[in-house]
Amino acid sequence: MKSLAAQHSLLADAAFQLDVLSQPLPQGRVFPAFGQRLQENGLLPLKPSQISILQINLGKMCNQVCKHCHVDAGPDRKEIMTRETMQLCLDALAESTIQVVDLTGGAPEMNPHFRWFVEELSKLGRQVIVRCNLTIILANKKYHDLPEFFKLHGVQVVSSLPYFTASRTDAQRGEGVFEKSIKALQMLNAVGYGQEGSGLILDLVYNPAGAFLPSSQQSLEAEFKRRLQQGYQIVFNNLFAITNLPISRYLDYLITSGNYEGYMEKLVNAFNPAAAANVMCRNTVSVGWEGSLYDCDFNQMLDLPVAATAPRHIRDFDLASLSERAIVINQHCYGCTAGAGSSCGGETVNP
Amino acid sequence: MEKSYYDPKDLAKFGNIAEFQPLLASKFFDYYGEVFKEGALTEREKALIALAVAHAVQCPYCIDAYTTGSLEKGADEAQMMEAIHVAAAIKGGAALVHGVQMMNKVKEVMM
Ligand code: SF4
Ligand code: SF4
Repeated sequence: MKSLAAQHSLLADAAFQLDVLSQPLPQGRVFPAFGQRLQENGLLPLKPSQISILQINLGKMCNQVCKHCHVDAGPDRKEIMTRETMQLCLDALAESTIQVVDLTGGAPEMNPHFRWFVEELSKLGRQVIVRCNLTIILANKKYHDLPEFFKLHGVQVVSSLPYFTASRTDAQRGEGVFEKSIKALQMLNAVGYGQEGSGLILDLVYNPAGAFLPSSQQSLEAEFKRRLQQGYQIVFNNLFAITNLPISRYLDYLITSGNYEGYMEKLVNAFNPAAAANVMCRNTVSVGWEGSLYDCDFNQMLDLPVAATAPRHIRDFDLASLSERAIVINQHCYGCTAGAGSSCGGETVNP
Repeated sequence: MEKSYYDPKDLAKFGNIAEFQPLLASKFFDYYGEVFKEGALTEREKALIALAVAHAVQCPYCIDAYTTGSLEKGADEAQMMEAIHVAAAIKGGAALVHGVQMMNKVKEVMM
């Protein structure tokens, strides 16, 4: 499988995706505008609460090509953050009160400056989260010691594992991914990750492998813990249940499989004002691989930068004016506000 | 043939039955909602039971709804198919156990 960009798909274009999301359906049906739903609930304009997380996307390069990837990442993507831009992030952080830095990609570990960056962040005393796709640890000898490296810097590891069976995991993330993910989890467990009392946090992320919504995070977590312990002696801390947002490769899947209308209907019908009040863009700012600032990683992939009232590049980072900005929203935001809500940290409300 | 008895779009209109008898509909939907909440059984177990029953009563709407419902509650394909086999075993068994009645009758009327 190739990225949409390598396939020269129309959906590789962010503007085209936004068009698809707002166009009427074949029978003239239109989903209500997301902004209108926020307005009805007194949430427009959507404003930050307290910005406490800087999420940094180190690039689109990845060793996997998952079907649901909202980044359209893959081995054919070469966009990665330079060390100079990383330095700008460090400078901005040094000046700010933000304590948590969430590193994502692609596979962030494939960025050649990844280790240096983590070391610098930990010198600054910030809590570092790495969104590790697990298979990268086994992809090449040079990554085999990543578990020890993470441990050394007290990194919190957050890893996708769509399901506790091979068939469903491989269907979403590629042939053989489940087996490698299990091995990587065992390697992380072996250095102490997920083990009680170690202080080394290993969280898993569940995404539905198809056109349906996730169920209650709590019951899924219990089931994952039971099945992974029984089958593979794997332990972990928390499970985050995340809804797939209708953009990029997941949007492509929805359209080509004939599930687009049904899925959007599900999201729109499940709109939950309490989840809308807790969306992650209210406490997070996202930095793109070239240093631009976005409300979240999804807006980043849709080329929707932060409102012009705020600085739009990390070199001009200014927490005060970012805190005053209005968050840019669009139809894809229904994905964050369905049911119990969805964010990079899982559910946003207790159902 | 243009029309058929079952239209998948009708599933979403289930709530419309309230149009002709609101009181009974609301009592039914309240009850229905309560039944499927987590209780002594988990929501996943209830979705699997519903899936099995849907096959036993052969309701295409319920099959659609509880296939997705079971997936959403985290069930896997093997669990879903096993649930259907349970329904099939009970349905098949229910037909077969009446064979005893047939045998009794045969013995009663035969020389
Ligand atoms: S979902 Fe993650 S692991 Fe999969 S292709 Fe995208 S960035 Fe890579
Ligand atoms: S998609 Fe981004 S901007 Fe929209 S609600 Fe979710 S986090 Fe906020």
